[in-house]
Amino acid sequence: MSFLKVEGLMVKVGEKTILEDVSFNLKRGENYVLFGPNGSGKTTLLNALMGVPSYEVARGKITFMGVDITGFPVDERAKLGISMGFQNPPEIRGLKFSSLLKLCAGKSEFDEEDQKLIEAFRLTEMLDRDVNVGFSGGERKRAEILQMLLLKPKLLLLDEPDSGVDVESLKLIASELQRYTESTGSSALIVTHKGDILEYVEAEHACVLLDGRTHCFSNPKRIFEQIKSLGYEECVTCQKRKAVGWRNG
Amino acid sequence: MAEKSELTRIPHQILAEAYRVGLSPSEEGRSGTFLHVDQNTIYSKINEFFKGKLELMDVKKAITEHPWLKDMVWRLIEKDKDEYTRKVAESFSGGYFMRILPQAEVTFPIQSCLMITEEGLEQRIHNIILAEEGSKAHIITGCLQHSTVNSASHIGVTEIYVKKEATLNFTMIHDWGKETWVRPRTAALIEEGGAFISNYLCLKPVKDVQMYPTAVCEGENSKVSFNTILYGHKDSRLDIGSKAILNGEETRAELITRAVAGNSSQITVRGLIEGNSPGSKGHLECRGIILDEKSLIHSIPELIARRKGVEITHEAAIGKISETEIIYLMTRKMSREQAVSTIIRGFMDVGIMGLPKHLEEEISRIVDLAAGS
Repeated sequence: MSFLKVEGLMVKVGEKTILEDVSFNLKRGENYVLFGPNGSGKTTLLNALMGVPSYEVARGKITFMGVDITGFPVDERAKLGISMGFQNPPEIRGLKFSSLLKLCAGKSEFDEEDQKLIEAFRLTEMLDRDVNVGFSGGERKRAEILQMLLLKPKLLLLDEPDSGVDVESLKLIASELQRYTESTGSSALIVTHKGDILEYVEAEHACVLLDGRTHCFSNPKRIFEQIKSLGYEECVTCQKRKAVGWRNG
Repeated sequence: MAEKSELTRIPHQILAEAYRVGLSPSEEGRSGTFLHVDQNTIYSKINEFFKGKLELMDVKKAITEHPWLKDMVWRLIEKDKDEYTRKVAESFSGGYFMRILPQAEVTFPIQSCLMITEEGLEQRIHNIILAEEGSKAHIITGCLQHSTVNSASHIGVTEIYVKKEATLNFTMIHDWGKETWVRPRTAALIEEGGAFISNYLCLKPVKDVQMYPTAVCEGENSKVSFNTILYGHKDSRLDIGSKAILNGEETRAELITRAVAGNSSQITVRGLIEGNSPGSKGHLECRGIILDEKSLIHSIPELIARRKGVEITHEAAIGKISETEIIYLMTRKMSREQAVSTIIRGFMDVGIMGLPKHLEEEISRIVDLAAGS
C-alpha cells in the first residue's frame, strides 16, 4: 500500500485549470521533492493535497494511507496526519502565538522538549505576540515549520521552505525536519524552486512540475544539478518529457 | 486583608450570578465591594488595607454625609436630557458613590455589581465617581439581571470626575436578558493631566441598549480612551457610542470598538471626537465582523476640528471572517466551528483595554465564555 498516491489530478482555481494531470507516489519514510518554475502550480498542488476549498479537484484521486481523501475537508486531513506550512501565513489578531503553538501540540502547557524546540527555532520572544503579526519573513517561515513539528504529522507539505530565509535559518529548519522525519518515520513533500534545501535534507525521489503535469521522475540531486546548470528553460524545451515513457513515472 | 469576606452573608445564588460579570465573591484581589440589588444597596465595604484611600457607599448616604456633593450631582448630565434622565431625576433607588482620595493609589480594583432579580422591574440608578487629585484606581462594575428574570429595564446615570493628574480605569460589563431594555447615561469630566480609560463589554443577549457616554477633556494634557467590545446576539439592538470633547490644550482621545454581529442582531457604533483646542489629537477606530445575512453593523464616525493644529483620524473596517484565517487554523486540526470561534475570540481582544494582568485574565474568562457560546 502506498503512503500517498496521487492519480491523474486535475485542479482548478475558479474557472482556471492550474493542474492538468498530476500523478506520483510517495512511500512512507521517504522524502519527495517537487521542482518547478514559478507559476507551475506547485503551491496549487500542496493546497489541493491539504484540501483547501478554493482549490477544486476536478478530476483524479488522492489516497492517503489507503483512504480516499479526495473529498475530505482540511481539518479531517490534518487529523489523519497531513500538515502544511503556508508560504504566506495570515495574521490572526488577538490570538497569541503561544496559544496557537499549544493548540498544535494539543497541550495546555509546553513541556521541556517543546520549549527547547521553540528556543532552537529562535521564537521564544515571539510567544506573546499575536500570530504572525510583526513577524519577519524568516520568523514566519520558522514559525510555520515549528507548528508543523508540534502537530506531529505523518506527512509534511512544505512550500518553499528555502525561499526568503538566511542560511542559518535554512540550516536550522532543514536539520530539524531531517531529525523529525528520520525519528518518526514520516515523509515530507518538499516544493522548491531553487533547491537550496537539498543540501541539508535527504530526499529519495523527485519530479518536475511543468504545464500542470508531472515530468522527469528521477533522483533529486540529479534533477537539481541539471536545473542548476541548464535552468528550467531546458525543461520547457526538453523533448524527452514529451515522450510517453516519462509520464507518470 | 486577612479578614473574612462578609459577602458570605449574601445569598449564594446572588453571588454566583454576580460572578458572571466579574464580581469576586471572596473579595480577593479587590479593594472594595458594592452591591445593589433591585432597589437596595445591600453591601458596601472597603477592604481593611485600603481604608483611608477610598470611600465607597450608597450615593444617597454620601449626599447626606458630604453636603458638597450636591453640587456634583446632575452637573455633568442635564436632568432634562431625555426621558430616561428625567425618570432618574424624579426618583432613583440608589447607586454607588466611589471616591478615591487625593494621591491614593488603589492597587486592587474596586468592584461593583448592579443586579435585577425582580421580573419587570425598572431599575433607576445614579452613580458618582470622584477620582481626586493624583489618585490612581481601577473599577470593575457589572450590571446584570438574575437568570430567572425574563424582562426588565435599567436606567443608570453615572457622573465621573477625574481630577488633576488622576488616572481612572473604569470597566463596565453588561449581561442582560433578551427582553431587557438598558439606558445608561454617562458623562466624565477630566482635569489637567488626568486620564480616564473607559472599557465597555456587552457580549450577551439583550433586547436593546442605547448609550452614548461623553468625556470632556477640560484640563490641559488630559486624556480619554473608550474601548468597546460588542457581540450582538439574537435580535439584539445595540446602539453604542462614545464621545470625546477635547477642550484643553494637548488633550488626547482614542476610541476603539470591536463589534461582532450575529443572529440577526443590529449594531450601531457611533463615535465623535471634537477638537476644540490647539494640539488636541484623537483617533477613532471601528472594526466589525458580520456573521450572517440578517445582521447589521452601522458605523457612524464623526470628527470635528475647530482649531488649527487639531489632528483627528479615523479608520473603520467591517467584513466577514477571513476564509484564509479559518483554513489556516483548520490545518492546525481545528474544526471550522472551532476556527471561527477562535478568530472571533481573538478579534474581541481584551488587550486593548489597558487592564492590569490579573483583571485582564478575569475579563478574558468572560469573553472566552461569550465567544464559546
